[in-house]
Amino acid sequence: MIVIENVSLSHRDTPILRDIDLSLPRGGITALVGPNGAGKSSLFSLIARLQPLQKGRITVDDMPVDTTPSRTLAQRLAILRQDGAVANRLTVREIVGFGRFPHHRGRPAAEDLALVDAALSEFDLHSLADRFIDTLSGGQRQRAIVAMTFCQGTDYLLLDEPLNNLDMFHARQLMRCLRTIADERQRTAIIVLHDINQAASYADRIVALRDGRVIADGTPDDVLTEDHLESIFGYRMKVEHMNGKPFVLHHL
Amino acid sequence: MPDRRMIVLAAIALIAVLLFLTVGLRGNVQFVLQLRALKLLALLQVAISIAVSTVLFQTVTANRILTPSIMGLDALYLFGQTALIFALGGFGYASLDAGTKFGAEVLLMIALAGALLWPLIRTRMDMNLMLLMGVTLGLLFRSLSQLLSRLLDPNAFAIVQTASFANFNMLRADLTILGTIITLAAVVVSWRARHVLDIVGLGREAAIGLGVSWIRTAAGLLLLVAILVAVSTALVGPVVFFGLLVAALAERVMRTQRHALLLPAAALIAIIILVGGQTLLQHGLGGASTLGVVIEFVGGLVFLALLFHESRK
Amino acid sequence: MTGRPCAKPQATKVAACAAFVVLVLLSICIGAGEFSPRGLFTDPQALELFLVSRLPRTVAAVLTGAALSIAGLIMQALVRNRFVEPSTAGTAQSASLGILIMTLFFPGAALAVKTLAASILALLGTSLFLAMAHRLPPAQPYLVPLFGLVYGGVIGAVVTFVGWQTELLQYIDIWTNGEFSGVVRGRYELLWGTAVMLVVAWRVADRLTLLSLGRDVSIGLGLGYQRTLQLGLVIVSVISALTVTIVGIIPFVGLVVPNLVSRIMGDNLRGTIPWVALSGAALVLSCDILGRVIRYPYEIPVATVMGVVGAFLFLYLMFQRSAHA
Repeated sequence: MIVIENVSLSHRDTPILRDIDLSLPRGGITALVGPNGAGKSSLFSLIARLQPLQKGRITVDDMPVDTTPSRTLAQRLAILRQDGAVANRLTVREIVGFGRFPHHRGRPAAEDLALVDAALSEFDLHSLADRFIDTLSGGQRQRAIVAMTFCQGTDYLLLDEPLNNLDMFHARQLMRCLRTIADERQRTAIIVLHDINQAASYADRIVALRDGRVIADGTPDDVLTEDHLESIFGYRMKVEHMNGKPFVLHHL
Repeated sequence: MPDRRMIVLAAIALIAVLLFLTVGLRGNVQFVLQLRALKLLALLQVAISIAVSTVLFQTVTANRILTPSIMGLDALYLFGQTALIFALGGFGYASLDAGTKFGAEVLLMIALAGALLWPLIRTRMDMNLMLLMGVTLGLLFRSLSQLLSRLLDPNAFAIVQTASFANFNMLRADLTILGTIITLAAVVVSWRARHVLDIVGLGREAAIGLGVSWIRTAAGLLLLVAILVAVSTALVGPVVFFGLLVAALAERVMRTQRHALLLPAAALIAIIILVGGQTLLQHGLGGASTLGVVIEFVGGLVFLALLFHESRK
Repeated sequence: MTGRPCAKPQATKVAACAAFVVLVLLSICIGAGEFSPRGLFTDPQALELFLVSRLPRTVAAVLTGAALSIAGLIMQALVRNRFVEPSTAGTAQSASLGILIMTLFFPGAALAVKTLAASILALLGTSLFLAMAHRLPPAQPYLVPLFGLVYGGVIGAVVTFVGWQTELLQYIDIWTNGEFSGVVRGRYELLWGTAVMLVVAWRVADRLTLLSLGRDVSIGLGLGYQRTLQLGLVIVSVISALTVTIVGIIPFVGLVVPNLVSRIMGDNLRGTIPWVALSGAALVLSCDILGRVIRYPYEIPVATVMGVVGAFLFLYLMFQRSAHA
């Protein structure tokens, strides 16, 4: 379980997060939604110890993120950042393989290699496995980096806009894959999503942020109402229901 | 109405000149004065040619960080000089008179600079890439000169460091008259073009839109720059960051892009730093030969600050 | 640029090894004195020449080339920029400042002590550069090397100024203008320290590769980011200090070699480090040999030859890259 208590963050007197209290139990998919600048990526940075905590406390399975050894955390929690641009000349197989680094520290065992192979198949990367990453298209690169994050094999996955650059086919595949590991292996995914309908279809829970505050939290049915959506995004949009799930006509 | 800041600058420059001529005067006064006047003339030429060439270059490239020397032009001149010696042989080179020699060097310089800078006018490249290439070219030409001079005379102890910094103490007297004529001509030409320069500084598209025939103007200005760099490098050797220092200061002091103010201000500041600095080092802090190094140090710091500042805007 | 790693890596590797062996043999055979490999077994004088001069010189060139290119490789991972190396980012200049200070204040100190001081200064100078480089916008890849070149130039100006004032310019030329002609038995052995650094670098190759993926990715994968950064800085500084003290600055090696190898083999340092080291050694060896034969029997310092060869290669790399971008 990830527990966030009383967390605030500011950058040069500009408040970014204000008094966030949130607990994310093990298992399931939680979607983090909100307008640009709401503080979603900052919250991720704090959970993943990429940025020092200024105020409050965050624990992952009762381990405080600011004092637990980085390697121990890396075996529990993986993060995919929005700007995971990799300009290096590494092959796809190498980059996915680095996802196993927290487990083997440079000496991959047969099990690690098998997991890399599995991740390559999962994300449709086998034909690209020996290509250098800097020769791939944006979407192919994104898939490679997502595969690396998966390969880390952690209980918790923090994915910051993982659908960036992905075509519809691969976006759907990624979301279904997340659903599978959440259901079958009790793993936890927390995803920043801009496509609210992806959240509606795949998430178990939606947390909405605006101006550094949590302003809505609940199941898709609870959160995706016309009133809530207006207070999150600042304009009124129609919500229909299809196959028993809310469908937001946000583009009209 | 002359600008008040300009008057102040002119006054300081005048004081620097007077101090340079009179401080510590003793012995055969007439002889010493004559010697100092000659030296002053050379220093003035260097100051003016570096200031004017840098301002012109920055205007043509519409860029506040580029200077001819950062783009490796003075290393290019030194290379041309060495190449000429290499081609003619030490003896053949020595038998040429100063004017012919300088003329040949300038021609070579113009040809090489033209080949290097032409792409810069024609197409817009990534500025940082251009700068990096310029710095690398400077290193390349420096190494090439070194290589050539080693090939010429393998026994000579290569005074690499001293040759790569300007020496304001040992000026070449044989070029004084020629240098004066060229510098004066350049000053006249750029002064008359001051209004056109304001437009050129707006950048290629804007200038063409306002009826400037771009290729001709830009090529003419770069020609002028190449000649001026040749003058200053021939007289004292390479000074990489001096022009940048002067142009940046002139802009800070005058707070304008108008060349009618910028050109004279840059020239005056250059005179103040060179003549004043030389006086100071000669009579105060020992060792007059170190002015070049001090200028490189301060100029380098200014360059770093500018880079950092511009990039974080 | 090829999409896949070299189609015939095996052939390239074999060719590289063969070229290296040939260069080593050439380096041993070429020089001012008469020498033939056969004489080694028959002529005691030839053996003496071999042991005192030719072998040390060749070993020094190999070690220097390998170490400098690895230092460049690590520097590029630390800064996350392909166009930096110790001699263009103030490391080598800081090291020479360190030796200068030691020569001024403790002229009697042992070479090892002077090298230590040089390492410390190099570490300080490089840390400062790194701190500034990390603050420059990453979207402008050419800004960092430019900054480094001028930064190194400013430190170099300080060295020259102090040297001028204290009449040590001749010494400074020895440190700043690398050459191998002074390398004989008993005066280069400290260079073996670079071999230790090479081994360390190879052992932490994976961590260095992660470093080059950036701070967020490395922390996400549980890397001790700061500690790895510091380790990399130490390796770079020690290599620079050792080479500057014993051979002098040789420009461009650390810049062009890692770039050229990366084109063929990629950036997974565990796999490429030996080949970067080998290619660096080969490049320095060939420039040294060139310097010895081009004006035989006189010698042209390896730094001068490398200044020309390296600048050409570097310009080529930049043109290639901008054409692709």
